[in-house]
Amino acid sequence: MALLVTRDLTISFGGLAAVANVNLSLETGELVGLIGPNGAGKTTIFNLLTGVYRPSRGEIFFDEQSLVGLKPYQITRKGIARTFQNIRLFNDLSVLDNVRIAYHLHASYGVTSAILRLPSFHHGEAEILAESEKLLQIFKLAPYRNEKARNLPYGEQRRLEIARALAAKPKLLLLDEPAAGMNPQETRELMELINWVRQEFGLTILLIEHDMSLVMGICERIYVLDYGRVIAEGPPEAIRNNERVIEAYLGREVNDNAPQGGES
Amino acid sequence: MIEVRFNKKNLIVLAGVILIYFLVYGLQAVGVISAFQEINLMMLGINIILAVSLNLIVGFTGQLALGHAGFMAVGAYVAAILTTNLNQPFPVALLAGAFSAAVAGIIIGLPTLRLRGDYLAIATLGFGEIIRGAANNINYIGGAAGMIGIPQLTNWTWLYVMMVLTILVITNFINSTHGRACVAIRENEIAAETMGINTTYYKVLAFAMGAFFAGIAGALYAHYFYLIQPNTFTFFRSFDILVMVVFGGLGSITGSIIAAAGITFVNAALQDLAVLRMVIYAVLLIIIMVFRPQGLMGNKEFTLDRWLKKRGAVSGPTGN
Amino acid sequence: MAVFFQQIINGLSLGSIYALIALGYTMVYGIIQLINFAHGDIMMAGAYIAFFVVVYLKLNIWWAFIISMIGSALLGVIIERVAYKPLRNATRLAPLITAIGMSLFLENGGLMVLGTDIRSYPGGLITNAQLPLTLFGIRLTATTLQLLILAITIVMMIILQYIVHYTRAGKAMRAVSYDADAARLMGINVDNTISLTFALGSAFAAVAGILLGLYYNNIQPLMGIMPGLKAFVAAVIGGIGLIPGAMVGGFALGIFETMVSGYWSSNLRDPIVFLLLILILLVKPAGLLGKNNTEKV
Repeated sequence: MALLVTRDLTISFGGLAAVANVNLSLETGELVGLIGPNGAGKTTIFNLLTGVYRPSRGEIFFDEQSLVGLKPYQITRKGIARTFQNIRLFNDLSVLDNVRIAYHLHASYGVTSAILRLPSFHHGEAEILAESEKLLQIFKLAPYRNEKARNLPYGEQRRLEIARALAAKPKLLLLDEPAAGMNPQETRELMELINWVRQEFGLTILLIEHDMSLVMGICERIYVLDYGRVIAEGPPEAIRNNERVIEAYLGREVNDNAPQGGES
Repeated sequence: MIEVRFNKKNLIVLAGVILIYFLVYGLQAVGVISAFQEINLMMLGINIILAVSLNLIVGFTGQLALGHAGFMAVGAYVAAILTTNLNQPFPVALLAGAFSAAVAGIIIGLPTLRLRGDYLAIATLGFGEIIRGAANNINYIGGAAGMIGIPQLTNWTWLYVMMVLTILVITNFINSTHGRACVAIRENEIAAETMGINTTYYKVLAFAMGAFFAGIAGALYAHYFYLIQPNTFTFFRSFDILVMVVFGGLGSITGSIIAAAGITFVNAALQDLAVLRMVIYAVLLIIIMVFRPQGLMGNKEFTLDRWLKKRGAVSGPTGN
Repeated sequence: MAVFFQQIINGLSLGSIYALIALGYTMVYGIIQLINFAHGDIMMAGAYIAFFVVVYLKLNIWWAFIISMIGSALLGVIIERVAYKPLRNATRLAPLITAIGMSLFLENGGLMVLGTDIRSYPGGLITNAQLPLTLFGIRLTATTLQLLILAITIVMMIILQYIVHYTRAGKAMRAVSYDADAARLMGINVDNTISLTFALGSAFAAVAGILLGLYYNNIQPLMGIMPGLKAFVAAVIGGIGLIPGAMVGGFALGIFETMVSGYWSSNLRDPIVFLLLILILLVKPAGLLGKNNTEKV
């Protein structure tokens, strides 16, 4: 069985299906894109996968275990980490602490050893610190180590969020518009970083992105969502030429009277 | 390297802590400390315990709780019953008071912690009033008249040891992955949960720990003033403790200690002024808060490092 | 059954007063998300202003209402400007502390200036006659004062609904409470709107204070503490920030309280009120009329 499988995943808000009968399947090691016009339900799928919402209907299997009904923290423990569309860092904490907090899951000592400062505490803390520093190095955030997260430039905040997600040591990483607000140069660097991280950490990645060049450039497979339904699935070339996809994007633009403006 | 410096710093602090103990002990032994000063010394220690323990809940975990006096009441009554009515030794009473308060913390915490912000504040305030109302109606503990004739067992040693223990335990907890989990909840609960932090567990833990030490403070109080009444533990007492926490700085242990000391001192200094004392206190409260809304220390700590740095040393890593 | 209906009548009077205080709490909360702990003490100030108007200026009770409402409104605005406005961008706990400070200031300032004496409004201010009432063959008593309290409260609520929904100022209040920044961009003077909210809430508190003073036939400097806290509980029960919530919560709390006193014991009244509060919050975390807004992820 694939690493992540959803079956007929559906959620309705006030009778309106925001996500309807979505069937996803991600093999271990894949990098898969999730695209679609605004309001298509992409982030809602992330919220379903991470337990923020509970599906009205359908199943989610991760590592052959059902995730439906688990709380977000339990799902993170099973090995799914995510970033947020609107960055959610611990703004008033240092960059280092942002990452250290995410190592919480893997902390090797309990409350008692913390209070009594037993050797396991010192050992565990040293480990957390070393691993956090390593992640900061990888994401070129080491110079900002003691800076408050809120003071970081935008691109660095995005990178920090990914670094923090990785600190939870996930098997599956969900990235919600990681390149939003970045310039083409930054986007290209981010693409390389994501690719490298995937190799290095042996990750499976599901990526929401509006930047088509990024999605087409690095994803092996793409799901296209419109009005909460999957309207196409396949490799980038196939998606690029898919009639329904073009219609979903262009049709929307004509209706909006804005043929020039695409999704940003 | 780091280990050595770490230990040296701790040794200086340890030496200071022991020095203060013997200094006060000595002063007391030679009779320099007046009865009035002793009362305020005791209040100082009790207030520090209360402020530091509430800071864990409000300042570090970000849960606005206005029922600390209720936990204090539980500790005070349980401990007083054990010593006065059941003839148990003081340490047993102290522990029982603390654990009962912690259990109360869990009982109120589990259901109410899913409430947000001000709803939690009023629910916890209500809880404090329920405790007080219950005490008012239970004849076994004296009803509204309260319990009289509790043995005076709290002395400087007990007070000081308990105060240091409170500060030590909470500081150690905060500076660990578990404390960081609490701070993460304060900063962004959704992100914290996504990082795999069991937010309910940590909120309840913070509540239980905070309540535990408030229970100790209550037990110490009961066995110093040998009289407790339900009206000792009104929501004004909870406000008082909150004032110390916000005054010192949310999320600053040293801030809470300094603020608790300052407020105890101001209260003592204005003692003779009766009602005017409270008016001055209120005005001071408003003025200081308007001009320093983040509190004395903000969320920073007063540390030896910081202090030494001011005297010319180069900047080192912070945030440890 | 006699007890039941009688307590409903008594509860409506008490509930009216709670509702009037709760309205001020809820309006202020709705607009700046602050629990104005000094609100109960503004009510006390209103009761005293009316006392001095009738005793020293020898004016009638209606003048007392008007002057006390104006005086309390001013007091409310001054408190807002001095203790809350400077802290608008600070941590949310800072104005909570200054609110506690203001509350202590008014209570102890009151004790200092007015002394601890309990005073009462002179007799004959209003006609307070017994109204024999028969309901389903059960004889009950209500007083003209109780009727007056209910009537004044209903009139005040209608006025408030009119102000909030049909006047420019009321629309500005709603806009600011919905989104202060957007309101500012639309050209609304946010500071004045907040002041107006305090003025309105404080005027309502003044009315409540006078009615409370008449109802219990005594006023004293600490009279605002418990009713203030209870009214806040009422506002939370109804759904804080919601004007209809304050009304519903006020009446519900008033009736519940008198029922507990009537059937059980007035000693247990306060703890049971708080127990009710907690139970309601557990079932409806945002109060009876509140919508449970979950944060958008």
